[in-house]
Amino acid sequence: MSDLPLLKVNNLSKFYGSRIGCKDVSFELWPGEVLAIVGESGSGKTTLLNCLSTRLLPSTGSVTYRMRDETYRDLYHMNEAERRFLMRTDWGFVHQNPADGLRMSVSAGANVGERLMAVGDRNYGRIRQTAADWLSRVEIAEDRIDDQPRSFSGGMRQRLQIARNLVTSPRLVFMDEPTGGLDVSVQARLLDLLRGLVNDLGLAAIVVTHDLAVARLLSHRMMVMKDGHVIEQGLTDRVLDDPRERYTQLLVSSILQV
Amino acid sequence: MSELAAYNFAYLDEQTKRMIRRAILKAIAIPGYQVPFASREMPMPYGWGTGGVQVTASIIGPDDVLKVIDQGADDTTNAVSIRAFFQKVAEVAVTTHTGEATIIQTRHRIPEETLKEGQVLVYQVPIPEPLRFLEPRETETRKMHALEEYGLMHVKLYEDIARHGRIATTYAYPVKVHGRYVMDPSPTPKFDNPKMHRSEALQLFGAGREKRIYAVPPHTDVVSLDFEDHPFEIQTFDKPCALCGANHVYLDEIVLDDGGKRMFVCSDTDFCETRRAEGHTGEMLAPSQEAAE
Repeated sequence: MSDLPLLKVNNLSKFYGSRIGCKDVSFELWPGEVLAIVGESGSGKTTLLNCLSTRLLPSTGSVTYRMRDETYRDLYHMNEAERRFLMRTDWGFVHQNPADGLRMSVSAGANVGERLMAVGDRNYGRIRQTAADWLSRVEIAEDRIDDQPRSFSGGMRQRLQIARNLVTSPRLVFMDEPTGGLDVSVQARLLDLLRGLVNDLGLAAIVVTHDLAVARLLSHRMMVMKDGHVIEQGLTDRVLDDPRERYTQLLVSSILQV
Repeated sequence: MSELAAYNFAYLDEQTKRMIRRAILKAIAIPGYQVPFASREMPMPYGWGTGGVQVTASIIGPDDVLKVIDQGADDTTNAVSIRAFFQKVAEVAVTTHTGEATIIQTRHRIPEETLKEGQVLVYQVPIPEPLRFLEPRETETRKMHALEEYGLMHVKLYEDIARHGRIATTYAYPVKVHGRYVMDPSPTPKFDNPKMHRSEALQLFGAGREKRIYAVPPHTDVVSLDFEDHPFEIQTFDKPCALCGANHVYLDEIVLDDGGKRMFVCSDTDFCETRRAEGHTGEMLAPSQEAAE
C-alpha cells in the first residue's frame, strides 16, 4: 500500500439549476480503503458518486486520481477516450440494478469477458478460462457460464456484475447500493463475498448505501450526507458508536435492534 | 426519351448528386467510416436498394456500363427492375457480364470474377452499423467508433463460439478496414469477405433508410475479425456446382421437389453461364439444354 491517496476530491459541488445536488464535498481516499457514503434518500449520495465516477459533470470542484504510472490527473481535464479507458480498466462500477450493469442478452461468460476483449485480448480459450475462474470466485457454478443473466436470480446477477467489474483487476470500485433489492440472507452472503474480495484484492471502494449495516460490515470510513452536505465523517466504528451530529444520532438510533 | 417532361439524367437532380458525391468523397477519404447524407425518397420501397440506387445515380455517366445483381443473380426481380430503372432514366448501356461492367450494383454478393481497376462495386446496405444489435443507442455506437472501442464486436463472436462451438456468423461478418474502423460489409456471405481485401475495384456502400454512405477505396486492407484460437474461415461446399462443375465458388441450394431432392448451383449466374459457354458441365446439366445453347 502506498502513502499517497488514490483519489483526491476538492470542493466538489453539483447544482441542478438552483437546487443542490451535493455541495463542497472534499475528501481523500487511500488505496485499499473502503469509504461508505450514507444518508437518507435524496441526500445527494448518488449524485456525489456519479460526479466522482465521471458519469455526471460536476458544477465546480476537482477530482484527481493517481494513475497507474503514479501521476495525478484531474478526471475532468482528461479527454473522453482516456476517461472511458480508465472506467473499464482501472475502475469498476456496480449498479444497484444488475440489469444496468450487465448485458442481459449475452451469456455470463461473455459478460465477464467483455472487458478483457475491450482491452485487446483475442484468445477465446484464455478469455473463457478467466471468465470461469471469476464465476467460481463469486460463487456461480461454472456450468452456468453459457447461460444468460436473465435466467439468474437477483443475487447471482449482482455477483455476476461484480465479477464483470473485477476481471481487469481495477484499483477503485464504485458501488451504488450493491445490496439494494436483495433479500436479507442473500444480502448477507453478498456482503461476505464483497468483504473477502475487497480484502484479497486490496481494492479501494466507495460504497453508497442507506443501509448502515452494510456500511458497518464493509467500510473503514464513512461520510454522512444530508441535503447535499457532508455533515459528519470519520472511522465507521466511531461514527456509528459515537455519532456527534444530531442527524447521525437519529439515523443510528433508528436501526431496529434485534 | 421524347420531348415530354423527362427525368434529369439518372433520376436525381444535380444538387442532390453533388451532395451524395461529397459524401462519397468523404467516405473514400476515411475508409470504413459511415458518412451521414440526406437520403432522398426513391421510387422504390426501403429495403429494395434505395441507398445503392442513389450512389449509383450519383456516379453513373453516359459512358458507363451497368450490371445489377441480386444475391449473385442478374435475373431476379430486384436486379431486373433496378437495371430497367437506369436504362430508362439514364439511358446507359447495361450488361450481365462482370468483366464488361464499369459499375456493378449488388445486393449481398461480390461477383466470383475478380474485379479490376476502374470498376466500382455499389452495395445496397440495410443496416450499416455493425454494433447495432449489441448496442441500440446511436449516440453510443458513434462514440465507440470515434474512440475505437470495438471490444463489443468480439463479444458477439465470443457468444457464437460459446453457443455453437465455432463462429456461426455467416453473413454481415464484421471487418476492420484499414486498421481503423469496424465495418459491416452489408449482408454478403462471409465467403466474399476475402475478396474485399486489397481489391482493385472501388467499393461503395449506400444505406438509404439509415442515411449512411461508406466506402473501401482500392487496395485497402479489409480484415475479418476473429480470435487467435478460432480464426476466420469461409464457407466450404462438399460438391461442385451442379450445372457448371465449378469448385470453390458460393453455391445456392435449390429445392427440386418435396421428396428431399435438391441441387447446388453457383449463386453468381454470370459466372455459371460463362463457364457453361466454355464447355464446363456439372452432373445435373441437362443435355437438351446444352444442345439448345
